[in-house]
Amino acid sequence: MTAKCADKAVNEKDARKQMRRLLDIQAIINGDSVRAAISPNVTLVQLLREILDLPGTKRGCDRGECGACTVLVDGAPVLSCLMLAADVDGRRVETVEALARGPDLHPLQQAFVELGATQCGFCTPGMLMSARALLETESSPSREQIEKALGGNLCRCTGYTKIVDAVEEAARRIGKEGARHG
Amino acid sequence: MGERRWMVGRRTPKGDAAACVTGQARFTDDIRLPRMLHGRIVRSPHAHARILGVDASAAMRIPGVLAVITGKDLPHPYGIIPWTQDEHVLCVDKARYIGDAVAAVAALDEETAARAANAVAVHYEPLPAVTTVEQALAPGAPVIHEGNKHGNVLKHVELAFGDVEAALAASDVIVDLESTFESTTHVAMEPHCAIGQVEPHGVLTVISATQVPHYLHRELARVLELPMDRVRVIQPNVGGGFGGKSEPFDLEFCVAKLAMMTGRPVKIRYTREEVFYAHRGRHGMRMRHRVGAMKDGRLTGCDAKIDIDGGGYASFGLVTTYYSGQLLAAPLHLPAYRFDARRVYTNKPACGPKRGHGSVQPRFAFEVAVDQLAEKLGLDPMELRRRNLLEGGNRTVNGLLVRSNGFAECLERVEKASGWKEKFRKLPFGRGVGVAGSFYISGTNYPIYPNDMPQSAVQMKVDRSGRVTIFSGVSDIGQGAMSMLAQIACEELGVLPTSVRVLAADTDLTPVDLGAYSSRITLMAGNACLMAARQLGDKVRDAVARRWNCQSVDVLLADGWAMRQSDTAQKVAIHDAFQWAETDGGTLGSVGHFNTPKDVHGSYRGGTIGASPAYSFTAHVAEVTVDPETGRVRVENIWAAHDGGTALNPLLVEGQIEGCAVMGLGEALFEEHTFHPSGLHRGPTLLDYRIPTTGDVPRIHPILVETNDPVGPYGAKEAGEGPLHSSIPAIANAIHDAVGIRVNAVPFSPSQVLRLLHAKEVLDAAAARV
Repeated sequence: MTAKCADKAVNEKDARKQMRRLLDIQAIINGDSVRAAISPNVTLVQLLREILDLPGTKRGCDRGECGACTVLVDGAPVLSCLMLAADVDGRRVETVEALARGPDLHPLQQAFVELGATQCGFCTPGMLMSARALLETESSPSREQIEKALGGNLCRCTGYTKIVDAVEEAARRIGKEGARHG
Repeated sequence: MGERRWMVGRRTPKGDAAACVTGQARFTDDIRLPRMLHGRIVRSPHAHARILGVDASAAMRIPGVLAVITGKDLPHPYGIIPWTQDEHVLCVDKARYIGDAVAAVAALDEETAARAANAVAVHYEPLPAVTTVEQALAPGAPVIHEGNKHGNVLKHVELAFGDVEAALAASDVIVDLESTFESTTHVAMEPHCAIGQVEPHGVLTVISATQVPHYLHRELARVLELPMDRVRVIQPNVGGGFGGKSEPFDLEFCVAKLAMMTGRPVKIRYTREEVFYAHRGRHGMRMRHRVGAMKDGRLTGCDAKIDIDGGGYASFGLVTTYYSGQLLAAPLHLPAYRFDARRVYTNKPACGPKRGHGSVQPRFAFEVAVDQLAEKLGLDPMELRRRNLLEGGNRTVNGLLVRSNGFAECLERVEKASGWKEKFRKLPFGRGVGVAGSFYISGTNYPIYPNDMPQSAVQMKVDRSGRVTIFSGVSDIGQGAMSMLAQIACEELGVLPTSVRVLAADTDLTPVDLGAYSSRITLMAGNACLMAARQLGDKVRDAVARRWNCQSVDVLLADGWAMRQSDTAQKVAIHDAFQWAETDGGTLGSVGHFNTPKDVHGSYRGGTIGASPAYSFTAHVAEVTVDPETGRVRVENIWAAHDGGTALNPLLVEGQIEGCAVMGLGEALFEEHTFHPSGLHRGPTLLDYRIPTTGDVPRIHPILVETNDPVGPYGAKEAGEGPLHSSIPAIANAIHDAVGIRVNAVPFSPSQVLRLLHAKEVLDAAAARV
């Protein structure tokens, strides 16, 4: 057969109607109270990327294997491709877009830049969110603890060495900063 | 200005690093255009089947489906190598592997596109499939490409340099090593993604995660029957390539065709499963290497026989076949060398170039054979290698011209850093060290399609704000190609990195660069950039010298200033210097280009393949522990010394060395692209196809060996692929040092290690009884 091209106007109207069964959710996303009407089968990564226009969170496999879509839900790292958006109703979500404070990079981000821990950058947002969750619970983690915390985040460029170095360095800097203010 | 450099050689973060860590780097899948549709490709469930018909009527009835295309809509064959164009965007007559593209749909959203793809009814007549080289070569085997001259053999290369049989016959010792290397794949973290759009003025724009915008541009125009000046290719941030995005793929043509049909932008993004079918990864090989040596350790010759499992299409296979032999002729001097390599079609996803294209597999075999020779002769393998060094400036036995060679220093540095002398043959049972060496090309002297135009070009503009803008076709796929250009502009024009903009890989706006493959960018685009920048630098220095009544050579551009070398207190801000130059000579712009030497290669058929302007050298020492109970190998340390010439940016060079070492470790220990006898992939997921995680990674000790190459910019060579080669054989040789077994099948699975350990125990026990 050869190519077929539909009468798009008619189809588009039908299609929109079929997609109508929507669910209202409300969540705190990167500090903002967000309301959205979503299909029940929309995943969290789809909500973030396609509905809320937060493309920093990446889709590397859509099946919970690569860690590129890692975000924090109520402070804990989750794979946003495996969580339904409906499940974050009433909860707090943080993505890589919220890591920097205005123009100031988070110490993790700063260390990733300076130490060469990002090459292609595709795994980086997920890597940073996993690292952030670690530093929230363990302020001066050992290399082994860092490796364990990042064990679900795949990177194919760096060989991980500089990533672990950067998390170690960021923890050290945050500790120093804390000591100065404390 | 001599050797004084203020920017080259500095550890400088990648220009887009801040964008990457804040989530602002724009990858193709991050781009959403108004009214954009989503496409999906229908793939064959049969490894080999005739396509009798495609019925799209059910798919078209699904609300929200706008178009369906099949093979007949895109009838022109294509392929990255002009002499072996054996692919169609969508199969026309036959499907040749499970996952081969048969049709494509466009719909309002991804979910509808997926449903529509399932609803396309394809009528197949299944044919017998061949999924191993043996099956494909058997008499009467089904032929995968009927038009191919030699049945299922895509390419057969036999080349001999010197009298190998005589050399081996005269040898004191010979190692005869049969080995296998399983196919592995790239697993860039970003799945392939492309968007097609027809602009109102009739230009087709394809935005794609590609490593080769220029070749994609050419093939899109040819297959879609459009003049090249009506096609635009834009490559945004790419989430890793490693060779897996270095030729055109079905989705790029499909989004273009579907956009042309619907008048709306169309995006297709591979699922992770589809990435495994797109493949083009490392070829599986069965090899036999016979290597001879004299009692004093001097090598006499090498005879190689290599069967290459190619998969369903040619891809880069013609080049792979040559590389599997050509790239063994250094760093050790081979007085005589012969190879016989053939690449064979099988009904599996096509193999292609993966980091260290074609040469990683034979390098594994050869370096293990060299280790065996050293063992037989009672020599330290470091010492044996040292006795066979290719001399600087020499040609290899097959005619490759090596202008700079830091291999001896690489060996010395890893020997010292690893504590080799205290460890080799001295560690307790279960622990060991191994060494291996290798070399690699910095680009190819000949482009993929024959032409004599420059391989890379740069346009540069300097304006009165103090900003330098670089236009270049280079593909930055995470390796830092754009940062490399910026760094060269800074070095030459005295501006700070924050004052440089690099606009890259947009075929409407940037001059041609052939792409991110064969480790060519630093040497080629770097030289083009240097040429452009130096012209502008001269104009700026002249303008300053005129005002200071001094010689132009006395003016130094550095660190944001134009200053007098003989009296650095006399200085002016660089943007003022630019304004003087613009005042004197008008608007400031320049072009630079680089073309390869075309006369430097062996004067035999095929002698141009493997010829490069410069070669990098590597040596690794790996330290491993082997658990004799489980057969599990753990790599504890890798010392990796790499001669990549002058390290323009040591931070990024280290990143390449570390990334190579770990990618090699994954291939050595567990990566395997394996198939059911039916041709079904055994696990096209990241749980089944395991790549290294943080838990697998040893301490890596990168060591930069900096020779000053006469062709490379500031003496720089490649670092992106060379450092992978030594990784696998170094681990194999370390396993031998640890437990006394010779692994000869990559990957070194626990079951292989256990089997060999048991065999050794039986032999040892038998020997003890005698």
